[in-house]
Amino acid sequence: MAKAVNTLAALSQQLRTGSVSSRELTEDSLSRIARLNPALNAVITSCEDRALAAAAQADKALASGDVSPLLGIPMLHKDIFCTRDVRTTCASKMLAEFIPPYSATVVNRLETAGMISLGKCNMDEFAMGSSNETSFFGAARNPWDTARVPGGSSGGSAAAVAAGFATLATGTDTGGSIRQPAALCGITGLKPSYGRVSRYGMIAFASSMDQAGPMARTAEDCALVLSAMAGSDALDSTCSDQPVPNYAETLEQSISGLRIGVPKEFFSHHLDAAVADAIGRAIKELEQAGAIIVDVSLPSTDLGVSTYYVIAPAEASANLSRYDGVRYGYRCENPADLEDLYTRSRSEGFGPEVKRRILVGTFTLSAASYDQYFMKAQQVRRVIANEYDTVLDNVDVIAGPSAPNTAFVLNDQSKSITDMYMEDVFTIGANLAGLPAISVPAGLVNGLPVGMQLIGRRFDEARLLNVAHQYQKRTDWHTLSPDLGGLV
Amino acid sequence: MQWEKVMGLEVHLQLATQSKIFSSSATTFGAAANSQTNPLDVALPGTLPVLNHSAVTQAIVFGLGIGADIGRVSRFDRKNYFYPDLPKGYQISQFFQPIVKEGIFDVPMEDGSLFPVRILRAHLEEDAGKSVHDAIPGHTGIDLNRAGTPLLEVVTEPDFRTATQVVAYLKALHALVTYLGISDGNMSEGSMRCDVNLSLRPKGESEYGTRTELKNINSFRFIERAIQIEADRQQDLLDSGDTVTQETRLFDPDKDETRAMRSKEVANDYRYFPDPDLLPIVIDDDTIDQIRASLPELPTAKRARYISDLGLGDYDANLLTQDRVTAEFFEATCTICNNPKAAANWIVGELSAALNRVGNTINDCAIRPDGLAALITRIDDGTLSSKMAKTVFDALWAGESDVDRIILDKGLKQVSDAGALEAIVDELIAANSAQVDQYRAADASKQKKLIGFFVGQAMKASKGQANPQLLNQLLKEKLSAS
Repeated sequence: MAKAVNTLAALSQQLRTGSVSSRELTEDSLSRIARLNPALNAVITSCEDRALAAAAQADKALASGDVSPLLGIPMLHKDIFCTRDVRTTCASKMLAEFIPPYSATVVNRLETAGMISLGKCNMDEFAMGSSNETSFFGAARNPWDTARVPGGSSGGSAAAVAAGFATLATGTDTGGSIRQPAALCGITGLKPSYGRVSRYGMIAFASSMDQAGPMARTAEDCALVLSAMAGSDALDSTCSDQPVPNYAETLEQSISGLRIGVPKEFFSHHLDAAVADAIGRAIKELEQAGAIIVDVSLPSTDLGVSTYYVIAPAEASANLSRYDGVRYGYRCENPADLEDLYTRSRSEGFGPEVKRRILVGTFTLSAASYDQYFMKAQQVRRVIANEYDTVLDNVDVIAGPSAPNTAFVLNDQSKSITDMYMEDVFTIGANLAGLPAISVPAGLVNGLPVGMQLIGRRFDEARLLNVAHQYQKRTDWHTLSPDLGGLV
Repeated sequence: MQWEKVMGLEVHLQLATQSKIFSSSATTFGAAANSQTNPLDVALPGTLPVLNHSAVTQAIVFGLGIGADIGRVSRFDRKNYFYPDLPKGYQISQFFQPIVKEGIFDVPMEDGSLFPVRILRAHLEEDAGKSVHDAIPGHTGIDLNRAGTPLLEVVTEPDFRTATQVVAYLKALHALVTYLGISDGNMSEGSMRCDVNLSLRPKGESEYGTRTELKNINSFRFIERAIQIEADRQQDLLDSGDTVTQETRLFDPDKDETRAMRSKEVANDYRYFPDPDLLPIVIDDDTIDQIRASLPELPTAKRARYISDLGLGDYDANLLTQDRVTAEFFEATCTICNNPKAAANWIVGELSAALNRVGNTINDCAIRPDGLAALITRIDDGTLSSKMAKTVFDALWAGESDVDRIILDKGLKQVSDAGALEAIVDELIAANSAQVDQYRAADASKQKKLIGFFVGQAMKASKGQANPQLLNQLLKEKLSAS
């Protein structure tokens, strides 16, 4: 275990004082990726030439006095974001050769802010999974213990930041895919409110819940990046035109007197006892900082997972219909006819978890089961959202665990599919309700990181980041890094 | 047994927007294959639909045009099925909450009566692309130019009993949408496509029989034929004790038959669900009021006004209001010449006949309203006889534009000057004393025949330009005065 030396905010300072160049940072990152990625498999594609060219540009801008806070800082994108002229695979055989002719809005905005894109991070195939094991490119490893998973679906992004490939990686979160891997890898990950960040160019899984967010060392870093990522986009009708505050400005506000609700349902039998203790201590820390801890209840928490696993596969079944072998993407060899082209391209191009969800979604939308499953799930979703809103009328922030346990071992045959789905039991509610939520490092159990989740009111990311930052000022869990000496 | 046909229609109208319903690609017909596509039209990953609001406005215009309720909150749904020319694997349509709800559309029939058709709904959706089977030997090509073109699908109740009613409805619908400017209604280019749901029941029965759906019939001519053939087919089945299978059938005009589509092509569970990529369309009163205020006068109102205010007959009024350009041509002509009856006669008569002969539309011919109005004015002021007017009309048709110029150049001016005509008549009487005596001796009925000789001679002398009424009057006076 070693102290992390760098945060994005620190690098930003160093770049602007000239003590380091963007080129040096970029070369450092690239060589670290080259050295460590074979053991971690956190990155699917790295783009050295492109990154170095962008770094040279950034150094020029820095030399001419540009003080943009993100200028010249290397970062990685989850391979779900389309990157113009750079292959974007979504960790699927289906898109293994796909090179988009456009970039996602998130990619464009961060590039416009001067960030250097180093490459594309591993993930669960089409963001379907909680362990990164469903990737066509093989599982990413947890830097804290390479026999363990980094979580998912943004597992490569979490592992990359934890391993110091970069101070920032983007992630996406449909049911916990930023927060759970952030927790398992000991980093900070923010899922913004639904509609806060544009989904344009982000390959769709479940459109009514998908959100992009930053994964970094600290809440402060997340604040800096979110200010650049967020905001309305003419290319995404579901992206909100709510003004984007400067999230960095409110980080230092006192949390004294702030009401923090702790739902009793988050401390159920699903939660590992040692993780529960760590979260208990973290909440105590918030109390010591002046927050008022309030017992609250989200009675439908346990229904979240089943609700999610009806709605998300339903939307996914339609979203993934475009991968039919006709226009782009994987196409089977020598199709006999149209039926054969469809059947084999999709059977061969998708992995088992993706196929399972397409089948489930196709079933729940079929005429015979629509009312019983899809409609019912929409109704329960509304109930769950109302429960969150009611609680948040009374408290400023909800606190609890991000994941029920620490990182589990790879290829754990004892873990059933539904066990895996339960990984998201505490995170799914925020997706169903469209609320912002953040995971912050909050301890170690047997040498593995634990994440505390904070959930806020819709479009109140500023408050979440403020609370997370105040917590990080009082603790040093976020400064811990895994010892990677043995990997090289 | 006496069977009665029961039919309901689904008409797809291509809306006249500049760009597609969810992307900025153009919608021009006939462009090179796939030249009007962007990443969204090809359904590349990560692309998102963004609603073109002019499609919404046009749908509201249609709804107001048929006096329907406008859905204050409507939304888009995904209709899921796999087909190579459907790039996303689903079509964005409106299933649960359409933008246009129930309305009544009064269809003018030839006998001057109005046939009310109940409109069930009209909803917005995107068109699919086209599979092209003859461009690449041994392969099927996909042209996505049309994919994403906005359509309005208009669904009626099963109110039709005869093919004549169906055709009248389609013609009226065509007139309405061209009036409203929301579609060019061009059937041959697919801007207006019609599916007919048809069943038979014993006359007097109130229950419906089993229906078949006739798909994509692309001309007025084919519709009557397709209905006839399918009704005959169903009747043969029913008369021989068989049952009709509920299915989708295609009309083949070449073989003059309808045939069932393969069940695979139709047996689909479309798994409709709300499209999470698009927000609901919320329409407030102000928007509706604004759109209502901008509506043009509609065919039914126009037709009624032509009859009551302009004194036209049902037949002329029907023909003149069948499409917007003809009505506009007529009204522009009337404004200048102030003679609606004459304008109607010329447009419905000579002009329509000439257009029919060459298969042109009124927009494409050389005659413009100012020319026709000038012609009518010159008839009304006595300058032209009706025979000369036809010559002037032919000149206008051939591309000349100045009526007075034509009259001058062709020497068509009618002589209505009493002095000049008197001189001709006097000369005639002096030179033909025998005929004059014969006339004077004859009785009234014989005189009517004998005067023809003098008229003919006078016309000859005036090179056909003598005003016939005036000439007749002068001759009668002079021949009677002994």
